[in-house]
Amino acid sequence: MIPSALFWTVTILLGIGTFFIRFSFLGILGNRRMPEWVMAHLRYTAVAVFPALVTPLVLWPGGQGGETDPARLIAALVVFLVGLRFNVIAGILAGMSSLYALQYLLS
Amino acid sequence: MMVRTRQSFWRGFWDCAPFMVIVVPYAMLFGVVARDAGLDIYQVMAMSVLVVAGASQFTALALMQEHAPVIVILAASLAVNLRMAMYSAALVPHLGHLRLRTRALISYLMVDQSFAVSVRKYAEEPDMKPDAKAAYYFGALLAVGPLWYICTFAGAAVGQAIPPMFSLDFAVPVCFIAMTAPMLRSLPHVVAAFASVAGAIVFSWMPYNLWLIAAALLAMIAGAQTEFYLKRKAQA
Repeated sequence: MIPSALFWTVTILLGIGTFFIRFSFLGILGNRRMPEWVMAHLRYTAVAVFPALVTPLVLWPGGQGGETDPARLIAALVVFLVGLRFNVIAGILAGMSSLYALQYLLS
Repeated sequence: MMVRTRQSFWRGFWDCAPFMVIVVPYAMLFGVVARDAGLDIYQVMAMSVLVVAGASQFTALALMQEHAPVIVILAASLAVNLRMAMYSAALVPHLGHLRLRTRALISYLMVDQSFAVSVRKYAEEPDMKPDAKAAYYFGALLAVGPLWYICTFAGAAVGQAIPPMFSLDFAVPVCFIAMTAPMLRSLPHVVAAFASVAGAIVFSWMPYNLWLIAAALLAMIAGAQTEFYLKRKAQA
């Protein structure tokens, strides 16, 4: 369960934060340029956060100290390959259906 | 004048309409997964209305479930949305002339799909009038923006009816992996992704989910350094 106080604190601050990220240049900074080294780091924020976030969820599902589940491991690989070759939605569909298939076969 | 503006609006709408195919299931998935995580329907809707950013919402949801500290949740959830700062900068030459109120509205509802469609259009038709550019952008926005709310609600409404045997907890990593895979289009992106995974494993001992921040910083530096290295090599 997510505590209500935590939820509202995060959601409201996140709402303000995401707005100001989007409003940054359009509303405040205008045509000012960011230094190239800052832009170079910004380019990789998404590929820097997502894989790290996913790693424990795939390797140790069910929280820290959880056991590795072969079905989830293989399903994660399937999503990756299908997402790489085709697109996001195809990846999600292939991943979830392969998870169900593997859970059925391995049980 | 009016006619041309209206025309641009609908052209924007139809150019962005194909992306409904992505937005509808993605928003529904968020609704379903958020309900599965124990949020009530008001909380789910509050998130979609206040944050309007799928990646940030999924990240925050995953970290709130682990009861991570607020500062860590915010840092990670905002980081995945930083690309919007680049969008914001890219839109200034085209939409910077609008009234502040209008620019605030554009910022609130800035999403990947309408941005991508509009910027491509502005590049194709350099002599588009400022009014037409704005109308085009709002048309593109209307095609996908409202769907974000509607489909989150639809997902949240059916969410609780889905039994645990469907392993919805795994929909979050599946979603993130599917979003990341198409981003790996250059060597620096691949290096950053690998550094990110390695960092998550190596730093997993850190308390308060700080491993995530450490791994993300490491990966950003790895990506940027690879980019600098390739540039130097190309110049040499």
